[in-house]
Amino acid sequence: MSHSLVNWFKYASPASFYPLAGRMIPYFAAAAALLGLAGLWIGLLVAPTDAQQGEGYRIIFVHVPASWMSMFVYCVMAFWSALGLAFKTRLSGMMTAALAPTGALFAFLSLWTGALWGKPMWGAWWVWDARLTSQLILFFLYLGFIALQSSIDDPRRADKAGALLALVGVINVPIIYFSVQWWNTLHQGASVSMTKAPSMAHTMLAGMLIMALAFWAYTIAVALARVRCIMLERELSSEWVKRNATE
Amino acid sequence: MTFLHTSPFILAIRRDLLLAARHKTEIVTALFFFVIVVNLLPLGIGPDTDLLRKIAPGALWIGALLATLLGLQRLFAPDHADGTLEQMALSPQSFTLLIAGKIVAHWLVSGLPVVLMAPILGVQFDLPGRSLGLLMLSLLLGTPILSLIGAVGAALTLGVRGGGALLSLLILPLYIPALIFGAGAVEADLAGLGAEGHLSLLGAVLVVSLFFAPWASTAALRVALE
Repeated sequence: MSHSLVNWFKYASPASFYPLAGRMIPYFAAAAALLGLAGLWIGLLVAPTDAQQGEGYRIIFVHVPASWMSMFVYCVMAFWSALGLAFKTRLSGMMTAALAPTGALFAFLSLWTGALWGKPMWGAWWVWDARLTSQLILFFLYLGFIALQSSIDDPRRADKAGALLALVGVINVPIIYFSVQWWNTLHQGASVSMTKAPSMAHTMLAGMLIMALAFWAYTIAVALARVRCIMLERELSSEWVKRNATE
Repeated sequence: MTFLHTSPFILAIRRDLLLAARHKTEIVTALFFFVIVVNLLPLGIGPDTDLLRKIAPGALWIGALLATLLGLQRLFAPDHADGTLEQMALSPQSFTLLIAGKIVAHWLVSGLPVVLMAPILGVQFDLPGRSLGLLMLSLLLGTPILSLIGAVGAALTLGVRGGGALLSLLILPLYIPALIFGAGAVEADLAGLGAEGHLSLLGAVLVVSLFFAPWASTAALRVALE
C-alpha cells in the first residue's frame, strides 16, 4: 500500500507510461508545428533587418534556440540518469537514451548554422571562439554517450553505464567551458564578442523565444515517440506489449 | 608499520607494480610510443626552431594524453578476464580503495615515466631550461588527472565491443581541461605571463578528479561486473 497521496512512480512503469506517451505525442507535435510556423513568420517576415548584419542575421532564429536546446537536453539527460541510478527506475534510462540523438542533432545544427552565419559575418566558417569550441566538445560528448550505449548489448548495463557517463559529463561541461574560455583569451584577443552585441529589438527576442518553445515541443514529441519504440523493443516478451500489439 | 602491509590501497599498488615489473615491455612500449609521437611532429611540420618552441608544450602534452590512453585499455581488462576483479569487489576490503590503488599504480607505471622523459624531448624542441622545469611540473600535476579520468572510461568500456576506440571517444573530450591548463602553463610562461594561474587550476582539476574518479570508476566497475 502506498502511504503517499500521489503515487510518484505510477508512470515510471513502461506499461502505464506507454499509452500516456502515445496520447501526449500529437499535442506536442502540433505545438511544435504551430510554434515553429509562428516563430519563422516573425523571424523571416516581421523582424526588422539588422542595422549591422543585414538579412544574414536571421539564422539566429534557428541557431540560438538550437544551441540552448543542445545544452538543456544534456542537463535533462543527467537529471534522468541521476534519478535512474538513485531509484533504479527502468524508464529513466530509456528516457536518457531517447533524448541523446535529439541532443546530438541540436548540437550539430547549432554548429552548422553557426558556420553558415560565421562565413558572411566574420569571414570564416570556423573560429576558435570559446563558445564554438565548447559546443563542438558537447557534440563529442553526445557521440560518446550514443556510442557507449549502442555498444553494450545488455540494456540494463547500457543504461547504468550511460547514466554514469552522463553524470561525469555534466560535471565536466562547465569545467570545459571555462577552460576553453581562458584558453581562448590567452591565445587571441576578444576579436569576436557576442556578449557586447547591441540590444535586440523586441520582435527579434519574441521570435527567438517562440522558436525555442517550438524546439522544446519538438524535442518532447520526438523523445516520447523514440522512448515508445525503446519500450517496445526492450519489453517485447512482457504481457503489456502483447496486449498493446493485439489492440 | 603493519598498517602499510594490510591497507588495501597499498596492497593494490604493490600488486600492480609487481605485475608491471614482470611485464616490462608494456611500460617501455607506452613510453616509446610517447617518444615517437612527439618526434614525428617536427618531421611533419618542419625544423623551424621558433615554431617548434611554440608548439612544444602542446605537442608533449598531446603525446602524454595518447600514451596514457594506450595503457588504460589494460588497466582492468586482465583482472576482469581472470576473475581477480570480481574477487576484489566481493572482498571485505573497500573496493574503492583497491581501485584507487590500481589507479595510482597505473600513474606510476605510465604517467611518471612520461614526466621524467619530457625534459629530454623538450630539449629537442629547443625549450629553455626554465620552461623544461615548468613542463615537468605541469605534467606532474596533470598526468594523475589523465589516469584518474581514464580509469572511469576504462571501467565503463570494460568488456564492451570495440572497447579501445570507444575509450578514446569517451575520454579524450574529458581531457581537454588538463590539456589546456597543462600546456597553457608552459605557453604562458614562454609568453612572459606567469604560469601560477594555470598551475593552480590544474591542481584544482586534480583535486576534483581525485575526489570523484575512484568513486565513479568503482560504480562503473560494479555495473560491468553485474
